Amino acid sequence: MAAKSNLTNMVLVLGLTCLLCSAVLGGAYVLTKEPIDKAAAEKTNQAISQVLPHFTAVEYNEDGHYYKATDGDKLVGYAIESTVVGFGGPLSLIVGVTPDGVVYNTSVLSHSETPGLGAKCTTDAKFMDQWKGFDPSIKKLSVKKDGGDVDAITASTITSRAYTLAVENALTVFNEIHSAPAGPQDDNCHSERSEESNEGGCCHE
Amino acid sequence: MEYFLIIISAIFVNNIVLAQFLGICPFLGVSNKLSTATGMSMAVCFVITLATLVTFLINKYLLIPFNITFLQTIAFILVIAALVQMVEIVLKKVSPSLYQALGIFLPLITTNCTVLGVAINVVTKEFAFVPGGMLNLGQALVYAFATSLGYGLAMVIFAGIREHLSLNNVPKAFKGVPIAIISVGILALAFMGFSGMVK
Amino acid sequence: MKEDAAMSKFKMITDGLVKNNPTFVLLLGMCPTLATTTSAINGLSMGLATLFVLVLSNMAISAIAPVVPDKVHIPVYIVVIATFVTLLQLLMQAYTPAMYETLGLFIPLIVVNCIVLGRAEAFANKHGVIESACDGLGVGLGFTCSLTVLGLVREILGSGSVFGYNFIGGHDGMLAFVMAPGAFLCLGYLMVLFNKYLKKN
Repeated sequence: MAAKSNLTNMVLVLGLTCLLCSAVLGGAYVLTKEPIDKAAAEKTNQAISQVLPHFTAVEYNEDGHYYKATDGDKLVGYAIESTVVGFGGPLSLIVGVTPDGVVYNTSVLSHSETPGLGAKCTTDAKFMDQWKGFDPSIKKLSVKKDGGDVDAITASTITSRAYTLAVENALTVFNEIHSAPAGPQDDNCHSERSEESNEGGCCHE
Repeated sequence: MEYFLIIISAIFVNNIVLAQFLGICPFLGVSNKLSTATGMSMAVCFVITLATLVTFLINKYLLIPFNITFLQTIAFILVIAALVQMVEIVLKKVSPSLYQALGIFLPLITTNCTVLGVAINVVTKEFAFVPGGMLNLGQALVYAFATSLGYGLAMVIFAGIREHLSLNNVPKAFKGVPIAIISVGILALAFMGFSGMVK
Repeated sequence: MKEDAAMSKFKMITDGLVKNNPTFVLLLGMCPTLATTTSAINGLSMGLATLFVLVLSNMAISAIAPVVPDKVHIPVYIVVIATFVTLLQLLMQAYTPAMYETLGLFIPLIVVNCIVLGRAEAFANKHGVIESACDGLGVGLGFTCSLTVLGLVREILGSGSVFGYNFIGGHDGMLAFVMAPGAFLCLGYLMVLFNKYLKKN
């Protein structure tokens, strides 16, 4: 049974327990740090390789929240992180854009949409496949209900709108990074964008 | 505007009991009578707000600067346990009448997962309607307070339902907790109507 | 004599499954039970995570209980439990990051799961290390079983699949069962069934 309490042994036992426990955890932290970092890196790498063609190196841009993927000297494209408000909470996407301004593919990083309804944005093949090769200069970036060319997920218009807005924000970021050094090659993209959304803002505030 | 969204979201849309499933044990345990339910809700309200204030500051000024956020769980639970003890001692000295009302609930609160849950949520969860995603101190306090109000709301509604339930004759296998849980399910169904109102 | 001891240990483990089932009889640890059982696999993982903490903390607490002064025993137990939970968090982040994200908040909340502290108080501080490990294993398995069953029922009704294998050909199930109300309703009705058929007297 438990020992009798007095100040000395209370302080001693509590202190020793805390010391021992933090030592164990400190050790465990050092041991697991490498695998944890590796798992995290693997996850982003996998997400990027899902939304962009083959690449050999990536470089992360902190301010713009995007990855620049290259294959040797050649620019493969940008994988842009974009977070918007969905139906149930934040909806984070990673959007791959090739240098010609076409969406290569999109992938959901995290979401809190309703299971079976909005959460289908990660499983509904018809919805997901339409983003492959989506060219914003030909197609209108808004759901069909709002007069655009995006097929919404059945019964989840709000999620689909949010998804569309996330892609749009990502394309805005792409235009900023891509047009700045390269000159006015994609004028039409800009003008189209400005009339459509000002309230949505950009993913990096 | 943000504060308003936080409050509505925490009380109705993401009600801590009915949508996030936190604090179910005390929820079932002390909701037999309306009076105990109110007492418990007030004690929870008090402790959650205080604990969030302390843990938020600890996280910001101790854990993050020293890069030891992996000790978050252990640090938070110790702080909460110590805080509850301290509140009990202070209340006993300062306001015996309040102690009479809340005292018996305080020891139960250490293992009430709402307190730790809210403390962790505040520093880790991203909120879509807040610029930048993370709450600042004021928002965190409002969130904590509103969450505990939501807890009280669910608790009081449910205690009312349960007082009626106890007068009814239910089949033997349903008696006690099972029928209570099924009623919570129906209550949760009603609260689901709020979903999507605020993100 | 030796067989007796082995028998009693075996009985300790099976007791946790039905007679002292933490979910359906003792009504402990309700929060993770309801929150993480959106599918059978999630319920199973949460159960195993709790089992891990339960066995280790039971063993550690039974070992240190004789030297812990009475007045500080709760804080000491909480520190020990929190240590194993953090250990679990680190291991899950490293080796099963996807599952860690799915279970989310409910992994750190194992600390305040009344089952763990409850077993430490009611059993581990009065018994030897091996018995405490058996007790932890029994209660943990009981918890895991209940969670898996609840997860399975909700998955079948809510998404029409079993352990991720869809059997209704891509159609939607009754979504309410995957969401919050379904958790309460399923648990309530499972308890009724448990009371009717498994609980003696």
